Amino acid sequence: MTLFAEAIAWIFSPERLLGGNPVSQRIGEHLRYTLIALAVSALIAVPVGYLIGHSGKGREVAVSLAGAARALPSLGLLTILTLVFGIGQAPVAATVVFVVLGVPSVLAGAYAGIEAVDRNVVDAARAMGMTEWQILVRVEAPLGLPLLIGGLRSAALQILATAVLAAYVGLGGLGIYIQRGIALRTYDEMLGGAILIVALALVVDAVFALLERLAVPAGVSGRTKRPSPFRRRALTPATAIEGAG
Amino acid sequence: MIEFRSVTKRFPDGTSAVSNLDLVIPAHQTTVLVGSSGCGKTTILRMINRMVDATSGTIEIDGDDVATLEPVRLRRRIGYVMQNTGLLPHRRVLENIVTVPRLNGMPKAEATELGLRLMDTVGLDRGLARRYPSQLSGGQQQRVGVARGLAVDPNILLMDEPFGAVDPIVRAELQTELMRLQVTLGKTVVFVTHDIDEAFLLGDQVVILQQHAVVAQRGTPGEILAHPASGFVSDFIGAERGKRALRIVETNGSRVVVDADGRPAGVLVDGKNGS
Amino acid sequence: MTWLGSNVGLVAELSLHHVQLSLLPIVVGFVAAVPLGVLAWRFKLTRGLTLTIVGLLYTIPSLALFVLLPPLLGISFLSEANVVIALSIYAVALMTRSAADAFGSVDPVVRRSAAAMGYSSLGRFWAVELPLAGPVLLAGLRVVAVSTVSLVTVGVLVGSRSLGYLFMNGLQRSIPVEILSGIVMTVVIALAFDGILVLLGRLLMPWTRAETTSRRVARRLRLTVGGGS
Repeated sequence: MTLFAEAIAWIFSPERLLGGNPVSQRIGEHLRYTLIALAVSALIAVPVGYLIGHSGKGREVAVSLAGAARALPSLGLLTILTLVFGIGQAPVAATVVFVVLGVPSVLAGAYAGIEAVDRNVVDAARAMGMTEWQILVRVEAPLGLPLLIGGLRSAALQILATAVLAAYVGLGGLGIYIQRGIALRTYDEMLGGAILIVALALVVDAVFALLERLAVPAGVSGRTKRPSPFRRRALTPATAIEGAG
Repeated sequence: MIEFRSVTKRFPDGTSAVSNLDLVIPAHQTTVLVGSSGCGKTTILRMINRMVDATSGTIEIDGDDVATLEPVRLRRRIGYVMQNTGLLPHRRVLENIVTVPRLNGMPKAEATELGLRLMDTVGLDRGLARRYPSQLSGGQQQRVGVARGLAVDPNILLMDEPFGAVDPIVRAELQTELMRLQVTLGKTVVFVTHDIDEAFLLGDQVVILQQHAVVAQRGTPGEILAHPASGFVSDFIGAERGKRALRIVETNGSRVVVDADGRPAGVLVDGKNGS
Repeated sequence: MTWLGSNVGLVAELSLHHVQLSLLPIVVGFVAAVPLGVLAWRFKLTRGLTLTIVGLLYTIPSLALFVLLPPLLGISFLSEANVVIALSIYAVALMTRSAADAFGSVDPVVRRSAAAMGYSSLGRFWAVELPLAGPVLLAGLRVVAVSTVSLVTVGVLVGSRSLGYLFMNGLQRSIPVEILSGIVMTVVIALAFDGILVLLGRLLMPWTRAETTSRRVARRLRLTVGGGS
């Protein structure tokens, strides 16, 4: 346990807080990469996912895409794209990898959210004279939002984890402490880095968990007393929108 | 008036739901389509507002071929009430009722006023306006569904087994309410059910359907009861009669529902649990 | 391509080792997750706790876990056990969620009627619940297998020998073909595991082949006819 004490001491040493290689800067880098990649993934995957969910077409393609992405080793993608793009372009290469790994989870969240909406509700909306666009925007999207955020949550964690590896292609971020710690056998540094990474992941996870809860529309939340006939279908397997760690 | 002329509907998987149907649905009356499940009655209903498009033949509303009308605009002027209400779970009762007027651009204040008046019309307490559908009983949800169907003051009201999922007592209430409404509103109501008692109770005109939506008999309830056109019809109305004519008997403090022969058909449970 | 020609032996050796490293976590994941899944599904009290813990474990990025585990367990940080244990933790975490979902997916009507036929609760578990949860369990296990094979590569950063070696070595020496060979072999191994699991599923659950459209109906039917497993 002394190792952990040393790691904590390392995190809170003056040099980490203020010095040339401060923790805040690394956390900032890490979050920036994660958020940019997440935003790009969402820009690509949400429209496509909504299209799949609304039309019911192309689901098989999306499922097999997600399976294939899970099989791809993230470290392999990072290294080969760094070589292909050139060492100087590591941020571009890394972002491409993050997006490739983030898209399947967001896609699954988007179409699963739409699919989970009670078909009777959609049918009634159409029969009332809503256009397909109105059905998507006013009915399916708000009711599917919690599952979409669940997908974004998986993607964010996946990207955050892969960004740790990106230190090895020169990207910076929190992974750099682990990389240096391993190379120099400085245990306090690598352990301190690992603790910071876990803390960041837990915080990001908690934020998304909160958003997920807030996104449940009032009428379908557990707060209502009466059992709702519209309760969201459980998504089985839940692993459908999980990525790899 | 709604008129079907040699209408056929085949689904892509090859099954034929409706074959060569000719049917006239008079205006300002209630026409009930009745038949066992899978006979195509819902398909007939859904072809009127183009939720389903006919494979061949024409359907006219007051002389206009629906195939030439834009589906969204057509649907907005026809009320539609379905079995599972299909209320938007994330919208409050009032918002649900005035969904279509709002889509048509009615200002919010005006829509609120309209929604509250419609709640009075269908016998819903105005105090429920800010509830969510999941906070209502099955019967109340169905009343919201009817109010929503009436929101644009449509000439035509399509009702697809609207009272199929509520318990018998609430169903009887809703049926009475609908008849009361129809006296004052005089809509062209097309009502689908598999319950012959309901059909005879509500229908000015009753259409008994066989498989593939073949019309077995069409007429007033009295005509059909007095002169069943075929063995199928007399079976259909006879076999169903004994079972459907339910009444309630008190036994040892609990309420038992019995059929025409006095055989118990079930126990009446707490009405609020019905959905 | 010249690199591949002279290094077929290395790729084969690393692939073999990769398979060995992947196997244990997948097996552990399945064996441990079934009881944990039951715990998470049967009792409300343990449900939240179990699912929260596995959820949090799964949140930890792999490289961080490789670094955190050795001082916690008192093992060498470069030992292979480190990687195997870390990947087993992920496998259990991921699989427990699937298992809870899998048992949750068994039609309660079928469960009640099995109890009514006179199954004891343990007998019902083996004869009814486990087989009927099978398809969802299998789906979860396939995800676990594929992601484990993919994650093994990260172990190279803490010194374990796997196809990941080709990534780091290829990066240092700027040989894209070397990295590509590693990626391709990793995917091939993942697909092989996946294929084997699908095959096993068909052997152990022959009814799932007939059960594409009306799963529920078929299940009910089988139960009334008798003999589910």
